Amino acid sequence: MTVDTAARTESTPLTHRQLPRRIVPVVLAVSIAAGAGLAALVGFSLPALAILSAVVFTVAITTVSGVVEGRRKAVDRLVTTLVYSAFAVALVPLISVVWSVLDNGLVRFGADFLNTSMRNVTGLHDQEAVEGIGPYIGGAYHALLGTFLITALATAISVPVGLMTSIYLVEYGRGKLAKAIRFFVDVMTGIPSIVAGLFAASLFAVLFGVGTRNGFAGAVALSVLMIPVVVRSSEEMLRIVPNELREAAYALGVPKWRTIVKVVLPTAVSGIASGVTLAIARVVGETAPLIVTAGFTSSINSNPFSDWMMSLPAYVYSSAMRPLSGSEPQPSFDRAWAAALTLVIIVMALNLIARLIARIFAPKTGR
Amino acid sequence: MNFSIVRRRLAPVAVAGAAALVLSACGSDPETDATSDTAGGDGGGETDDSGDGSESSLSGSLSGAGASSQESAVQAWIAGFQQQNPDVTVNYAPEGSGAGREQFTSGAVPFAGSDAALDEKEMAAAEDACGAPAVNLPLYIDPIALPYNLPGVDNLNLSPEVIAGIFNEQITNWNDPAIAQDNPDATLPDMPITPVHRSDESGTTENFVDYLSQAAPDAWPHEVSGDWPTDLSGEAAAQTPGVIQAVDAAEGTIGYASAAAVGDRTTVAVGVGEEFVEYSAEAAAAVVANSPQAEGRAEHDLAIDLARDTTESGNYPIVLISYTIVCTAYSDEQTGNLVTEYVSYVASDEGQQAAAEAAGSAPISDEMQTDVQSALDSIEIG
Amino acid sequence: MTTSTEPATKPPGRPRRAKVRPGDRNFSWATRAAGVLILIVLAGVAAFLVREAIPAFRADPAEIDGGEGFFAYVWPLVFGTLVAAFIALIIATPLALGIALFISHYAPRRMAQGLGYVVDLLAAIPSVVYGLWGIQWLAPNVRGTWEWLADNLGFIPLFAGPASATGRTMMTAGVVLAVMILPIITAIAREVFLQTPTLHQEAALALGATRWEMIRMAVLPFGRPGLISGVMLGLGRALGETMAVAMVLSTGGFTWSMVSSGNNTIAAEIALDFPESAGIETNTLIAAGLVLFVITLAVNMLARWIVARREAFSGAN
Repeated sequence: MTVDTAARTESTPLTHRQLPRRIVPVVLAVSIAAGAGLAALVGFSLPALAILSAVVFTVAITTVSGVVEGRRKAVDRLVTTLVYSAFAVALVPLISVVWSVLDNGLVRFGADFLNTSMRNVTGLHDQEAVEGIGPYIGGAYHALLGTFLITALATAISVPVGLMTSIYLVEYGRGKLAKAIRFFVDVMTGIPSIVAGLFAASLFAVLFGVGTRNGFAGAVALSVLMIPVVVRSSEEMLRIVPNELREAAYALGVPKWRTIVKVVLPTAVSGIASGVTLAIARVVGETAPLIVTAGFTSSINSNPFSDWMMSLPAYVYSSAMRPLSGSEPQPSFDRAWAAALTLVIIVMALNLIARLIARIFAPKTGR
Repeated sequence: MNFSIVRRRLAPVAVAGAAALVLSACGSDPETDATSDTAGGDGGGETDDSGDGSESSLSGSLSGAGASSQESAVQAWIAGFQQQNPDVTVNYAPEGSGAGREQFTSGAVPFAGSDAALDEKEMAAAEDACGAPAVNLPLYIDPIALPYNLPGVDNLNLSPEVIAGIFNEQITNWNDPAIAQDNPDATLPDMPITPVHRSDESGTTENFVDYLSQAAPDAWPHEVSGDWPTDLSGEAAAQTPGVIQAVDAAEGTIGYASAAAVGDRTTVAVGVGEEFVEYSAEAAAAVVANSPQAEGRAEHDLAIDLARDTTESGNYPIVLISYTIVCTAYSDEQTGNLVTEYVSYVASDEGQQAAAEAAGSAPISDEMQTDVQSALDSIEIG
Repeated sequence: MTTSTEPATKPPGRPRRAKVRPGDRNFSWATRAAGVLILIVLAGVAAFLVREAIPAFRADPAEIDGGEGFFAYVWPLVFGTLVAAFIALIIATPLALGIALFISHYAPRRMAQGLGYVVDLLAAIPSVVYGLWGIQWLAPNVRGTWEWLADNLGFIPLFAGPASATGRTMMTAGVVLAVMILPIITAIAREVFLQTPTLHQEAALALGATRWEMIRMAVLPFGRPGLISGVMLGLGRALGETMAVAMVLSTGGFTWSMVSSGNNTIAAEIALDFPESAGIETNTLIAAGLVLFVITLAVNMLARWIVARREAFSGAN
């Protein structure tokens, strides 16, 4: 026995040699130098430098670590490097998208843009503005208002329905009905957005007469698209709530529904809020279903239950694709970008609210 | 019931609703014109009678749907009409000609815009919906220009056969003898031709293809449709700005687009008879004026059979006509009045001029104006 | 159902059932009603879709776009849809996994919260913007890469030349889709990874596991169903995305080459042709929508099946 243990200790020491902490910056510096050298060979450019340096660094740090620290540490370092580089690679397009939106959007974005509609604005005004004999006029107030109301209505429909359904699926659902619902929620994620719009349009035509279009019809169309996303993400989040929590509540004699409301939902609330934000994000940019259900207007309408209503994505799409003035499309393009920026800011605000709510209600955990 | 969870869930909605209320209190319409006061309140229905429209008795809202090709002109017409009648709101959903015709024939909208006139079947459906025949009024005439990107070549003459050959991908290089024959003075580079076409189905494509198949039937074997033939490759781009962008993006490209969007890019002079004609509003209006009315139409229906193969001097044959389709009877008095007033504004000198300035369309001829007016006069209201 | 807890309330051997409280009954009925409502809505959509699609299947083949019947018309679109979504997933899944792990386990905590926020935000950028970005920024920047692929790997049919002069190809559309779905997959994966029981993680570390080993043994098995769900949501969006593809891709007939113009997806075809369509053409497009519907369904079922196979890991048993 003792001999055995001693032999094993000899072959695998309890502690391994470790690389000093500052090895990472050193290897990084060397890799960048090597990367620059290699990049010079194939024709120097910044992307080439970045890619080649990253490759050299990954190989170098893994090899060094493998030699000094052993295989397990080397794998750990390799994965760390890969995770960091995945993050860096993803940042490139994401930053460039955000930059495009900000750079182009800020040209026209401002109080004036947010506070005026497009009523009575024509291509002529744009031409005059470009020639410098008139001001840049026209904004997205009507579309902003429409998007706000339609999305809020759609959220008010989808979140209760979606959340209740996911509670059913996770906490109650067994047997055929649950299976059917789960199956058909999956089916619903595949509905093309225009089909949802046409469905809502024909539903409203049947219920309220041919040609009925208003903000509420738009909200119904968006709900069809939104519900499956809410169900699916909340289901996932409810499911990972540890069973120990539920059992503890039952053991204390708490009724099941109170357990769900007081224990399960608060535990999952941050994930659910994130899922709801994603669901809103999924529908807030929809153009086609809104045009066939909510209509298209350049005037302000603050009543979602009657008359046509504009939405920001329809505004963005038509400004970008069919400028008011054919010969001077730039003012229209600027408006499109500014409206896109507005859309992003709205979702940002909603997200912030959702997160605040999540933080207020989430139970304190050790994390 | 536990209310905290309800409160929790509804909080974002409540916040959004509150924000919307705050928003609705502060937004306004832009100051578009010093003489007409249209600012203030929401567009639904104002009682404030001031400025230009003080004598107007019209009020209410009117909604149409249809072709996106005429959208920028429609925006100009709506703006002009609303300035004259501040209590009126006109909406137009640029969903497309097909959607517009379908909604018009099912009675969902009181007027429609369409790049094609109603066919017989649709006419019958429209008569059911209106209670009287519908009429097609050609109120938007838009020349289609062929912009190209070929440095060093400022003038390019192309006969219909050559244009068809290029877009049919039979003529694939700019130094092709067929092109050189039309342009004896130009120095044509040795460069592959990249024809650019619309990827979406559009009236612009349909009219261009219709032109090719009528003016150069031998060189263009494809069917006439708003969809570009799928067996041709070429470069495709969505909507008019997409085509312009694609032409700008690469050398050796040639495309087709609404003349208004072409700006100061170099465009093709198209072969008509013995001469080559650059696009212009006058040349486009001329070909429409010289074209016969479509046969077998009801009285006052102004659908036109465009003479694409015209050889008349000064006519530019690649033209898109977009119709405004209205009923000849409206049971609802308010709707009927709004439609007739709106359409007669559209057909007026003022309306046509507004569209020409804002959207670059070609004003319709005086003769056409009279015809449209007599069609409008025939509309029975109530 | 791993998390069904009903049995826990009635342990075996106990003679009488627990009394059902009215609150419980109402709540369970309310949840069930929500589920049933979804079924009703879906039945409505399905009925509408099928009713509108049937004429396209029955129509004379010559009347359908291309003149060879519906299936000849739709299969290149199906191919394009699957390929674009596949390219997007290949690119986005590993990246999203990396970012999610970075946010949940690598980045400093304060930074992680901000990053999570930014990622959610990116999911909100409307697809029109991704389309504009794809045309104006991405296509010109990747054109060179596709040309290089066509020149050097052109013998592979997927990279056969000539490369598009404007860079607006299937590969570009796939990259745009990847960027679009990246935030979706990341957001879900991150949430799930963050929910990994701390005890499991600490136990792994206490046993001497490196960070990666801890992730591999505790975090990934726990998060796998969530990750798959996220990927499926992303795939759903990639399959159904209209505007971005419609704007970025230079559409055309079927071609194997991913670096030249051509191909199209179902959703983009619908978006591009629907507005100006009429009659049988509208039916054809809606029938194409039905096909997309079926594809998404098949993909989702596959995902469910994968998740179900690993059911042992889902929930916190």
